Amino acid sequence: MVVADKYEMVCGVEVHVELQTKTKIFCGCTTEFGGEQNTHVCPVCLGMPGALPVLNREVVNYAIKAGLALDCEIAEFSKFDRKNYFYPDLSKNYQTSQFDLPICLKGGLEIEVDGEKKWIGITRAHMEEDAGKLVHSGETISTSNESSVDYNRAGVPLLEIVSEPDMCSIPEVLAYLEKLVQILEYTEVSDCRLEQGSVRFDVNVSLRRIGATTLGIRTETKNLNSFNSVRRCMEYEVARQARVLNAGENVVQETRTWDEGQGITLTLRSKEEAHDYRYFPEPDLPPLVIDRGWVERIRKILPELPAARRTRLQALGLSAYDATVITQAKAMADFFDETLAYYGDAKTLANWVMGDVTRLLNTNQCSVLDSPISAKQLAELLELINKGTLSGKIAKSVLEEMYSTGKDAGTIVKEKGLAQISDEGALLGIIDDVIAANPQSVEDYRAGKDKAIGFLVGQIMKATKGQANPGLVNQLLKGKLA
Amino acid sequence: MTISREDVEYVAALARLELTEPEIQEYTEQLNSILDYAAMLERLDTDDVVPTAHAVPLHNVMREDQVGPSFNQEKALRNAPDGEEGFFRVPKISLT
Amino acid sequence: MMIGKSVSELHELLVHKDVSSTELTKAYLERIHTVDPELKAYLTVIEDQALAQAADVDRKIAQNEVLGTLEGIPMALKDNMCTEDVRTSCASKMLENFIPSFNATVTDRLRAAGTILLGKVNMDEFAMGSSTENSYFAKTRNPWDLEYVPGGSSGGAAVAVAADEAAFSLGSDTGGSIRQPAAFCGVVGMKPTYGAVSRFGLIAYASSLDQIGPLTKIVRDSALVLNAIAGYDPRDSTSVAYEKPDYTKFLVNDIKGLRIGIPREYYGEGIDPDVAKGIQSGIQSLIDLGAEVSECSLPHTEYAIPAYYLIATAEASSNLARYDGVRYGYRAESEDVLGMFKTTRAEGFGPEVKRRIMLGTYALSSGYYDAYYLKAQKVRTLIKQDFDKAFEKFDVLLSPTAPTPAFKFGEKSANPLAMYLSDITTVPINLAGIPAISIPAGFVNGMPIGMQLMGKAFDEGTLYRVAYTFEQNTHYHTLKPSLSGEVLARGSR
Repeated sequence: MVVADKYEMVCGVEVHVELQTKTKIFCGCTTEFGGEQNTHVCPVCLGMPGALPVLNREVVNYAIKAGLALDCEIAEFSKFDRKNYFYPDLSKNYQTSQFDLPICLKGGLEIEVDGEKKWIGITRAHMEEDAGKLVHSGETISTSNESSVDYNRAGVPLLEIVSEPDMCSIPEVLAYLEKLVQILEYTEVSDCRLEQGSVRFDVNVSLRRIGATTLGIRTETKNLNSFNSVRRCMEYEVARQARVLNAGENVVQETRTWDEGQGITLTLRSKEEAHDYRYFPEPDLPPLVIDRGWVERIRKILPELPAARRTRLQALGLSAYDATVITQAKAMADFFDETLAYYGDAKTLANWVMGDVTRLLNTNQCSVLDSPISAKQLAELLELINKGTLSGKIAKSVLEEMYSTGKDAGTIVKEKGLAQISDEGALLGIIDDVIAANPQSVEDYRAGKDKAIGFLVGQIMKATKGQANPGLVNQLLKGKLA
Repeated sequence: MTISREDVEYVAALARLELTEPEIQEYTEQLNSILDYAAMLERLDTDDVVPTAHAVPLHNVMREDQVGPSFNQEKALRNAPDGEEGFFRVPKISLT
Repeated sequence: MMIGKSVSELHELLVHKDVSSTELTKAYLERIHTVDPELKAYLTVIEDQALAQAADVDRKIAQNEVLGTLEGIPMALKDNMCTEDVRTSCASKMLENFIPSFNATVTDRLRAAGTILLGKVNMDEFAMGSSTENSYFAKTRNPWDLEYVPGGSSGGAAVAVAADEAAFSLGSDTGGSIRQPAAFCGVVGMKPTYGAVSRFGLIAYASSLDQIGPLTKIVRDSALVLNAIAGYDPRDSTSVAYEKPDYTKFLVNDIKGLRIGIPREYYGEGIDPDVAKGIQSGIQSLIDLGAEVSECSLPHTEYAIPAYYLIATAEASSNLARYDGVRYGYRAESEDVLGMFKTTRAEGFGPEVKRRIMLGTYALSSGYYDAYYLKAQKVRTLIKQDFDKAFEKFDVLLSPTAPTPAFKFGEKSANPLAMYLSDITTVPINLAGIPAISIPAGFVNGMPIGMQLMGKAFDEGTLYRVAYTFEQNTHYHTLKPSLSGEVLARGSR
């Protein structure tokens, strides 16, 4: 991506993912979102004197799972370190994290932008604990005279995933982040609910002259929580850095924060004020020795990841586009696969799922996980169309009825007498009536206006309340008019 | 001087300790004498020595992912110097 | 008089209903009222709760239920061990009004064993010190001579036992803080192997060095208490699941053929010649009792002090970061949170604590980590290897517990480095994580001295065996301070 005609951009991202284990990383407090302030706390996560951490095994399992899904090497020897700094949301004024021996190393994922594929490297991923939440008395932290701290979130397990500075454009960054979140969602290590802060992004950006080989000075903007703010933030920051460079000055290496309201980045800390974290090995936690047996046990329970799913669905006849849409979210992909087990026509199913099913869910702001229509029920409906019991059009309205009542397709068809009329005898009678009632259209058709038949078909459909089998109607009508 | 007055001020800032002028002078002197003594460690060749972070060779100490009891708000805030509506209150936080 | 008796003797009295737990508790409380205004061992006395606990035990006795060996026995806990609903201060202004909502594991275990908690005893602030002079609240005095320090940081715990203000106490030891005050006050102090006793609820000073242990009048009592408090705790990730023996099984009056090593580095120029003489006489006793004694070397001993003071202060600087006025403890008012942090910590911590936080912060800071902290951890490995090698040839090692007997108030407090150097005989043990015990070994100028026995990891048993044998063949454990300058035989009051 060319910036201001003479620069190119280099970008790396650090992503913090909240792992959805039942309990926090070092204590048995619940990780449930919500909950009244300071009710999911205990001596350990409150940093009370005398409290000690005990590592949650499931956090390690989740970290390994995520690492494998991201093609990482899982370390044979790993440990925790203390990252020391003072802040009110940090209950011990140090964060137990991993410094030089993280659990995952050297992975990556493939993105596709404008048809071009590119591999984005992941340097490392490590486990750490989240901090509490600050609520400020004013609009922003700088306009508040006081703040309030809730430690419910303190100690929630995080996986920090650090990318290589391999991205050179904003679309690449967004593609990477979307892909990363999708893969994580598939592993089910996180609910990936950005709106709840389950995933947060720190973006590192620098510019350099086009063709230069050394990296320019970078800034880091922390705690972005949506793809939209990532995009806007990067657009702003890249333009800002270009202005600075064009003015003949150097970009200041610093940490910045994104101001959503003003749409700008602001200095948070300069390099001089940069924290000296004084990392040292966590004395309260023995190190981890991760034998390959442990890694393999987790590899075996890895779900089918998006790329593999797409390939499989394409083999079943879906287009690449359709496969991508269906596998976008794991829940939808799972729903698709579940339905497919009852109803084998992948292509038809894909059309329905991407079309009416998604429309109904979106209109009602419902997640597919809470869908009132089960996979089995959807399959039954599609089977009725296959058998000719329902026309496609009527099936759509049956689907709506299924959504609002939760009833089976078969039940609704029976109750409302919606079965498609494929009885030739019955149809012929109605066809005769319509022909008799519309001499002009008949004449037009016989005169060569093919479109006139559409009108007649419409009349027949109307007379049968849409239940006539349209294909059969067409066939019989043409026969009569011939 | 192993450690200068500026070093002492830097370290005090890192440790969030407000020092008086006499304290800065006193600590500079005392820390210097301690660190000068500690310099004796340099006499030892430790290039091939593995550091000991834990006195006991334990590893993989973990617990099951089961919810345990938590404090209620009252207990959590029992010793809070400024607790309000279930929150711990702190004065103005500047961005640095 | 019952308060002068050992835990085992008191247990017999209770079992035979010669005395009730309530009477016993009242006697100790009375004793505290009488002598503690001078000695200042206690920071908090919980009279009502103690009597209530005693009443519970008496109910059991009345119903002829089997009594555990520690049941109904009044004791004290160093004030860095959390006690639910009882103020726990670490002898610091920072925690002057801090009331924990949970018990330390040792508190729970002693409660379960039926002991009576009389109160919390004084210490150097946050366990940093060797004289208890660094307490924010009071200067505990040595009962053998009130102008002398009791040692530290578990000064209050040692004095409570020496002056019959508790049947036993628990202290904590990071660089000698159980053993040295035990030596200065003429009682038995045991620092178990790192990982043998849970640190959950022990307010941390240096995480990889801290251990809790008993202070008692006699060796048998120490074994009884260790039985109650030691053992794996899932709430402490550094706690070890080892096969815990009944430590009283090792109380055998026999050390024939036992190999005792005398590390020459512990008898260097810093050791008071009278102390050296006293220990030498003790060594002779052990030889006479059949032990095989010979000299050995722990060549890296002199590096233990700088290594200890870099590692301990580094860990402490991080462990004490949590004291910032937000969630508990002292808070200084300020316009902004940064000011609050800085002023709270400046006002809440005493000078020694601040000094160690500064030293530790420096040792970890950017550019210095390798030269200081990392280097110290490597030297720690060398020190541990010295012990490992020595234990290939010896069962226990022996040294003076401290280079001198107790010193006078103010004598060492002016020069922090001089104070640190006096820890030379005790800190290597913490760095190596091995167990060590200090037992009364005589007197120098009327003040007690202690003999330190060091053992292999989890071999407290052998330490108890040697200590018990020495004790049974000497009379030092029968002597007690009179609180008026004369040495009186135990049980004479």
